[in-house]
Amino acid sequence: MKGEQALGIALLSSGLDEQLARLEAAKSQDDLQPLIEELRDQFGVDHIVYHWVAADGEQFGCGTYDPAWVARYLERGYLRIDPVIVGCYQRFHPVDWKRFDWSSKAARAFLRDAIEYGVGNQGFSVPIRGPNGQFALFTLNHSCTDFEWQEFTEHHRRELILVAHYFNQKALEFQPGRGPKPATLSPREVDAMTLIAVGYSRAQVADTLSISESTLRVYIESARFKLGALNTTHAVAQALQRGLIVV
Amino acid sequence: MIRYLYASELARHPGLARTMFRDRADQFRTRLGWEVELDASGEERDAYDAMNPLYVIWERADGSHGGSMRLMPTTGDTMINDHFGHLTGGVRIESALIWECTRFCLARDTDPGAAAALMLAGGEVMQGFGVEHFVGVFDARMVRIYNRIGAAPEVLGSEGEGRARISVGLWSFSPEARARVAASAGIDPVQSRAWFEAAFGPVGARIAAVAA
Repeated sequence: MKGEQALGIALLSSGLDEQLARLEAAKSQDDLQPLIEELRDQFGVDHIVYHWVAADGEQFGCGTYDPAWVARYLERGYLRIDPVIVGCYQRFHPVDWKRFDWSSKAARAFLRDAIEYGVGNQGFSVPIRGPNGQFALFTLNHSCTDFEWQEFTEHHRRELILVAHYFNQKALEFQPGRGPKPATLSPREVDAMTLIAVGYSRAQVADTLSISESTLRVYIESARFKLGALNTTHAVAQALQRGLIVV
Repeated sequence: MIRYLYASELARHPGLARTMFRDRADQFRTRLGWEVELDASGEERDAYDAMNPLYVIWERADGSHGGSMRLMPTTGDTMINDHFGHLTGGVRIESALIWECTRFCLARDTDPGAAAALMLAGGEVMQGFGVEHFVGVFDARMVRIYNRIGAAPEVLGSEGEGRARISVGLWSFSPEARARVAASAGIDPVQSRAWFEAAFGPVGARIAAVAA
């Protein structure tokens, strides 16, 4: 189907691992802008935008909107009426833009203006709650029909949520005054990932570690997240590469 | 009915909020004997209530609180990671796909089905927001209630004996569990879905109309 192809459904998963590896390797804040452009191309959407606000008010952002739109947004003070910001600030559930309240005159005028500047009519935003009250927002934006967008977001929601958080984890590393914090795994997570790396089945790992399979599932999910991985195979590769596990 | 309210939205529901924090005091301090702090007006709040959690609340016909639970993402500060790491094998449970569920509370004389309604709402959150698991700390005496409504957690770790036993549990929500809990709550899944949609904004065509 054309819409799906344009939105990159078929090709996404394999390529995304590569983007995440490159994200992992980013060395400075300056590396994030080209990365967000690559992610946009990988997802096949018009725009991706990332923005964070620390508890002390410090901000950082990058994204693919037209700089003229960003300038206009700031000049007009749109932050106060943008339904996406109003609907996401200090929250933590992912949301399709159609769920926001666009009914006010100001919101409708804002959206018309945004579209003039190349912002698409569809959006999906992932608000992120990080450590110490950090708040960030990761948004995908595109122009397509409601049906195409629904297909895309339903199909990719899990990946979108994870990529949003991994992007945030990386951005946090570059926060002034905060050195790179290598992902560390607890001894139990190291045990679990090591046994998986050497080919044990989940049942065998659980049995060996004397834990239930549910407990193991949580350890693996937690380790995967800390390693910025989409799946267990990728997580094992990451853990090996970083020397967190040795087999 | 079920309400989904961030802490920042509670001010618009003062009666509901007041009775929730009082019922929490009654459950956790008076009945369970936990060392929780009460404020001057007898309401129980902790540091996590100040971090804008999402409350899932069973509101009774008279507008008062009948039961509730408190949800937080495990990517931020959580009770389990801050205080109960020794019950999870020292593993810091942290994932965008796992949320923490704490302060599961029922009013003394609540409606039958309130507990199941809350669990059903938990399922809506999972399905609606791509959450794969809830983790939570709970008292031994809650196990009976969870079992009765068909939403027993998998226990990751426990400490203490008898009345003082505290566990960290994990909830998943299969379609079968969902059907079981819906039956136990006596709530039509369509109704449950409608409460969720009402709280988080129906998917409307308004944006499309502007864009056209």
